[in-house]
Amino acid sequence: MFDFSIITNWLHQSLLSVMPEVWAVVLECVIVGVCIILMYATLAIILIYGERKICAFFQCRLGPNRVGKWGCIQVVADVFKMLTKEIITPNQVDKFLYKLAPYMVILASFLTFACLPFNKGAEILDFNVGIFFLLAVSGIGVIGILLAGWGSNNKFSLIGAMRSGAQIISYELSVGLSMLTMVVLMGTMQFSQIVEEQADGWFLFKGHIPALIAFIIYLIAGNAECNRGPFDLPEAESELTAGYHTEYSGMNFGFFYLAEYLNLFIVSSVAATVFLGGWMPLHIVGLDGFNAVMDYIPGFIWFFGKAFFVVFLLMWVKWTFPRLRIDQILTLEWKYLLPISLVNLVLMVLIVVTGFHF
Amino acid sequence: MEEIQVIEPVALHGEMLKLRKEKQMDYLVSLVGMDWGDEGGLGVVYLLRSTLTGENVSIKTATKDRVAPELPTVSDIWKIADFYEREVFDFYGIVFINHPDMRRLYLRNDWVGYPFRKDDDPEKENPLNMTNESTDDTTPEIEFNPDGTIKKQENVIFDDREYVVNIGPQHPSTHGVMRFRVSLEGETIKKIDPLCGYIFRAIEKMDESLTYPQTLALVDRMDYLSAHQNRHALCMCIEKAMGVEVSPRVQYIRTIMDELQRIDSHLLFYACLAMDLGGLTPFFYGFRDREKILDIFEETCGGRLIMNYNTIGGVQADIHPNFVKRVKEFIPYLRGVIHEYHDIFTNNVIVRERLVGVGLLSREDAISYGCTGGTGRASGWACDVRKRMPYGLYDKVDFKEIVYKEGDSFARYMVRMDEIMESMKIIEQLIDNIPEGPYQTKMKPIIRVPEGTYSAFVESSRGEFGVFLESHGDKTPYRLHYRSTGLPLVAAIDTICRDTKIADLIAINGSIDYVVPDIDR
Repeated sequence: MFDFSIITNWLHQSLLSVMPEVWAVVLECVIVGVCIILMYATLAIILIYGERKICAFFQCRLGPNRVGKWGCIQVVADVFKMLTKEIITPNQVDKFLYKLAPYMVILASFLTFACLPFNKGAEILDFNVGIFFLLAVSGIGVIGILLAGWGSNNKFSLIGAMRSGAQIISYELSVGLSMLTMVVLMGTMQFSQIVEEQADGWFLFKGHIPALIAFIIYLIAGNAECNRGPFDLPEAESELTAGYHTEYSGMNFGFFYLAEYLNLFIVSSVAATVFLGGWMPLHIVGLDGFNAVMDYIPGFIWFFGKAFFVVFLLMWVKWTFPRLRIDQILTLEWKYLLPISLVNLVLMVLIVVTGFHF
Repeated sequence: MEEIQVIEPVALHGEMLKLRKEKQMDYLVSLVGMDWGDEGGLGVVYLLRSTLTGENVSIKTATKDRVAPELPTVSDIWKIADFYEREVFDFYGIVFINHPDMRRLYLRNDWVGYPFRKDDDPEKENPLNMTNESTDDTTPEIEFNPDGTIKKQENVIFDDREYVVNIGPQHPSTHGVMRFRVSLEGETIKKIDPLCGYIFRAIEKMDESLTYPQTLALVDRMDYLSAHQNRHALCMCIEKAMGVEVSPRVQYIRTIMDELQRIDSHLLFYACLAMDLGGLTPFFYGFRDREKILDIFEETCGGRLIMNYNTIGGVQADIHPNFVKRVKEFIPYLRGVIHEYHDIFTNNVIVRERLVGVGLLSREDAISYGCTGGTGRASGWACDVRKRMPYGLYDKVDFKEIVYKEGDSFARYMVRMDEIMESMKIIEQLIDNIPEGPYQTKMKPIIRVPEGTYSAFVESSRGEFGVFLESHGDKTPYRLHYRSTGLPLVAAIDTICRDTKIADLIAINGSIDYVVPDIDR
C-alpha cells in the first residue's frame, strides 16, 4: 500500500537539513495551503465539467463539446471568463457584509475540505475529534449565505437566505445524528483511524441495517446541506431568480459557485470515508490473494473513485427530481428523517452493545 | 350578422342581474369597448353565454357623453368584468361607476388620452417617455352619492407595512413579461396584484387601419402557441361574414393543423411546468418532441413559430408532399415516448406533493372568471368549444372532452396531458382521408365585409379564443376585438393563489398556462 507519509517525511527531512525547524514547518504549511487551493480549484473544474456532461446525457443533449476535445477545457475557459468579469457592488447594499459573505462560504468549504483523508498518510487536519470539527466548520457556511441574503438588500435574496437558514440548520441535525450513529460503531472520531478500522470491511457492511439507514439519511441530508436539487430552494432559479446570490457578480459569485460544487464533493467524500472505507481498498476477509491485488491500486484512486461514485448518485437525484417546497422540506426533516435517525441511533447502540455487527 | 339587444345605461345593471339570475347567463364571454362616433357615442358590447343551455345573448349600451362617459359596472355580477372594464377604461376612457379598481390595465398610468377613441391622436400627446412609471399602491373608485353626484374614493391595494415582492416583468417563471406584485407574510401569499401591458402592442387598434388580409398577420403574434387556431378563428369569422364556403380539403388541413398546434402547445406546457418546479430533465423531453412538430410545420408553412398559414377562404399553400407521411410517423412516435413523461414527472412523488390539492379553482369561480380551456375543464366546467359549438370537422371526428373535477394544479396538468392523447386520436382519424380539392377559394382582390357585427369562436390551445368583428362595409374593420384566453386566467390568479406559498404561485402560474402576448394584445 502506497504511503504518502514517505513523501512528507522526505520533504521534512530535506528542509530540516537547510533551515531551522520553525521555518521548515512554516514553509510546509505554505506548501500544503497552496496544494489545497490548487486541488480545490482543479476539483471544482472537474466537478463542473462532470455535472455539465452528466446532466446533458440525462437530458438527451451532448453538453459542452466545442472547446477542446469533448469540450474538456470549456470549464477552464469559463473560469477565466469569470475572473475577468467586473465585480459590481450594488448601490444600497451593506458593503461590509455583502463583501464578507462569499469569503465566509468559501472559508467553511476550505476548512471542511482540509479534513478529508485523501490517501494513507495524506491527511491534512487529522486529530481526535475530526468528525466533530468537520460538522462544526461546515456550519460556518450558512452564516455566509445569511449574510449574503441580508447584505444584498434584495427581497429575493432575503427570502432565499431565510429558506437556506431554516433548511441547513434543520438538516444539520440529521447529518449529525447519522454521523453519531456511525461514531457509535466506529468508536473514534479521527479520520485516519476511521479508515484504518475499515481494513477488514467497510462500515456500510459492518454495521449492516443501521449503517445502511444512516447512509441513506446522510445522503439525503447532505444533499440538502449543499443546497442542491431537489433541495435547491435557497437558489430556486425559477422562483427567486438566483436566491441569495442574485446580486453577486464576477468572482464573488464564482466563490458561491465553487463552494457549491466543492460542498457536493465534501459531502460525498465524507460519505465515502465513513461508510465506504475512504482510501481503504475493498478487502474481503479470507480472500488474501484478492486483497493483495486490491492493495496494488493506490489509495487516492480508491478515495476519488468512491467519492465520485457518491457525487454521481447525488447528480442523478438532482437531474431527476423537481424541487420541493419549503414546508415540505421541513416536514421531511422534522417529521421523518429526524425520528428515523433517533430510532436508528438506538438501534445501532443495541447492535454494538450486543456485538451483533461484523 | 347577429342580433344585438340595446339597453340604456340606467337600466343596464338591473337587466344584467336579471339575465344572470333568471336566464342563467353565468359566463361573460367578452366585453368589447366601442366608439360609434358622435351619433352612437361610446359604449360597450357584452357577449353573454349560459353554461346550462348554451344560449348566447349580445347586449349593447352606449353613452353620448364624450367628455366624462360613465356606465354602470357589472363587475359585481361577473368577476372577470373587473379586468374587462379596466381594459375598456384604458382604451376608451369610459368610467364604470362602482368599479372597485379603476386603474388603467395596459397603458402607463400617466398616459394622456384614450387611444382607441376614433378622434384620439396618441402619438401627438404622448412623446417617448424616458422616465419609469411609478407604481401606485392605491386605486380610485367612483361611486354615486344618493343625490346623483359623483364621489371619488381611494382604495388601498397594498399598505406600507406589507412586505410586497415584485415578481416580473423580467422573471424566469412568469412566462413572458408579466408582472405580479405579491404581498407576503413569511412565504405565504396574502394578495397578488397582476400588472399587464409590458408588451402591449394595440393590435386591435392597428387592425382598424389594416385591410382584412393584413389583419391576419397579427393574430399569429398574439398567442404564438395557438397561432393556427387564432388565425382559424379570424378567417372563419370573415368567411362567415362574406358567406364564403371553404373546400373540404381546407377543413381537413385546418383541423389537423389546429390539433398539431395543440399538441405542440401542450408539450411546451409540460416542459415549462416541469422547469417551474425545478425539473430540468422533463423540460428537455418536452422540447425534444415539440421540435418534431415544428419540423412538420416548417415543411408545409415555412414558419416554425409564426406560421401565417390560414388565409381568408383557404390556406396559404397546399400541404407538403411529405406532410401525411411525417405526421403518420410522428403520432406513433409520441405514443411510444409519452410514458417517459409520466415516469419522470407525473408519477414522481415530489410532483404529486407540489401539485395535488394546490391552487384550487372552484367551478363557479372558473365560470365567473371565464377561465376556459384546460383550466376551466380541470375545475369541472365542460367548456370545450369543439364540443359545444363545433367548427371545422370536430362534429365528424370522435374524441372525448377531458373534464376533471378537482380544480387543482394536478387536474390542470392532467387535462393537458390527456388532451395530447385526444388530439392524436383526432389527427389519426383525419390524416388518411384528406380529400382532393382546391386549397384556396378564389377571393376578390379587395375584401369588403358587409356591414354588421360578426363573431367566431374556436378552442385554442389554452381556451376559448373569440373574434368579434364590427364592419361598416369598408375594406378595413371598424372594430376588431379578440377574446384573450389568458386574461381571465391572470385575473383569477389572486383567487387561486390566496394563502398558498410563493413556490406555489410559480407552480400555479405554470399550470394555468397563459401566454403573455395574448393578454397584452
